[in-house]
Amino acid sequence: MSLNKIKFDKKIVLSFWIILIALIIAAPTILPVFRLNLLGRYLSLSIVALGVDLIWGYTGLLSLGQGIFFALGGYCAAMYLQITSSSEFPNNIPEFFALYGVEKLPFFWEPFRSPFFTFFAIWIIPALVAGLIGFLVFRNRIKGVYFSILTQASLLVFFNFFNGQQKLINGTNGLKTDVTQLFGQMVGSESMQRIFFWITAILVIAAWFFAKWVVKGRFGNILIGIRDDEPRVRFTGYNPVIFKTIIFSIAGGLAGISGALYTVQSGIVSPQFMTVPFSIEMVIWVAVGGRGTLLGAILGAVFINYAKSLVSEALPASWMFIQGGLFILVVTALPEGVLGWIQGDGPRNLLQRFGLKRKIETYPSLEVNNKEGNNE
Amino acid sequence: MNNKDLLNLIDITVSFEGFLALNKLNLNLKKGELRAVIGPNGAGKTTFLDVITGKVKPTNGEVIFKGKSLVGRKEHKIARLGVGRKFQSPRIFENLTVKENLEISVTTPKSPLNLINKSIKDEQLHEIDRLMKIVNLAQKVDSKAGSLSHGQKQWLEIAMLVGQKPDLMLVDEPVAGLTDEETDLTADLLKSLSGENTVVVIDHDMEFIRRLDSNVSVLNQGTVLCEGTMETIQKDKKVIDVYLGRPED
Repeated sequence: MSLNKIKFDKKIVLSFWIILIALIIAAPTILPVFRLNLLGRYLSLSIVALGVDLIWGYTGLLSLGQGIFFALGGYCAAMYLQITSSSEFPNNIPEFFALYGVEKLPFFWEPFRSPFFTFFAIWIIPALVAGLIGFLVFRNRIKGVYFSILTQASLLVFFNFFNGQQKLINGTNGLKTDVTQLFGQMVGSESMQRIFFWITAILVIAAWFFAKWVVKGRFGNILIGIRDDEPRVRFTGYNPVIFKTIIFSIAGGLAGISGALYTVQSGIVSPQFMTVPFSIEMVIWVAVGGRGTLLGAILGAVFINYAKSLVSEALPASWMFIQGGLFILVVTALPEGVLGWIQGDGPRNLLQRFGLKRKIETYPSLEVNNKEGNNE
Repeated sequence: MNNKDLLNLIDITVSFEGFLALNKLNLNLKKGELRAVIGPNGAGKTTFLDVITGKVKPTNGEVIFKGKSLVGRKEHKIARLGVGRKFQSPRIFENLTVKENLEISVTTPKSPLNLINKSIKDEQLHEIDRLMKIVNLAQKVDSKAGSLSHGQKQWLEIAMLVGQKPDLMLVDEPVAGLTDEETDLTADLLKSLSGENTVVVIDHDMEFIRRLDSNVSVLNQGTVLCEGTMETIQKDKKVIDVYLGRPED
């Protein structure tokens, strides 16, 4: 597969993991709380980016509506936190209900009293919604641009619905989580944020391994087959609808987990998670990092967002231009994304262009890997 | 129609907004038969394959395969019933290796659960080895299919077709763009496949069709003009008129 062109030494891989784990453990002491919290948020965004890479990078489904599933996960987490922290408010229901004269908890809030239910709801509800939308769309053989437009339209439908439902979920104001309690501690507190950071870091790694497991082997090859030539997959006896529904559903579940982690670390979930630009940004992270590389999606999400906050602090108005420029650069010069460029011998070709490295005369596999070839 | 027939096309009509791509086409195939289908451009050769494989739904008529009607079935269901197809230009998965391409074709059952849960069966690996030897791709196991030459791509697709173990193989222009030597090898390969399999070959390379040494159906304007051995059809007046051209007097 194109992903692992560079075969790393086992020792390098091992030391990479040791450094990574050390960094994760040390991060809360090295970084100031503010920076740590930002890093935690961006790491949680990398989980939704992994989902985008699975559906877009591997399967060729460009969804502009991942914000739906991201927000659903966030709402699930926030509803639980709000309801378990509402004992001192009137009628023992979250405070905002009083503003709209609601006295009885809407029925769909009830199950979120249970932490057990919430734990599963965070990823199963988005996965089910994604599966349902996906199945209906894929069954009707809606593809390409039409699929993208449809997902964006769905996003707008969800956005408008959530925005307008003050009496159900506090509408445009969203649900705050930072002043709620979890296991007797304030969610927004420093110690809780540190724990959320670790949970996020672990889940990013887990999600990465999960995604790798999904795309390795024949299942992943069918996804690539669907991306490159769907009718051929059909005529070979596979039903692409099922495969696409499954992967879209997986991406939805990942988005839900991502949204929940992002919510508890940013302190609020609101319909702003379902705005059109945000879902497009998710695609940009993956495009810049490298489609179909998985690791590129994670790096893209973290680095672009970190750059965004650094640039915005220094030059508040310029980030949108930089982001747009970055996207244009990637589309025109690095269609495989940064990681794809590195894996595809991009750096060597660049050095050759400046005359800093000898050109290869035949095939790279013959010359560069010559040593390997002799051993065999 | 009789019981030995694998496939019957009965009065198939396909109308694309009034244009009759196929017009009351009748064709029967016996089990184990090798059949060549020729015809001038626009005669409906590819539409004929599209109807059998479920890509195009006939406006009228019936397709009976192994006693079952194929009309209205989805493409992947028809493929699972045992109809395999090779496309005109090689349609392989260029970003996968030769081996991965063949894995996709030999894997059964073709369900997501089987693919994600279980590793490939040993007998399927043996089958892949066998196929790669047949089409001379054993050296290229781990090469990207996209890096193969045109002829190798054609053969890889034929190997993928065979790997599917279809009862009926539909082969659309297998020798387009191949060298003479490759063409001869392909003809021999297809001949060796018939007998056990039923093979339909569409082409208009006359030398190649002659080498197949099989029954030939001539399509013209969406209907079967004539059927018989190469010798018979070459003498048929109608065929000469529409397709072969009159020999110079």
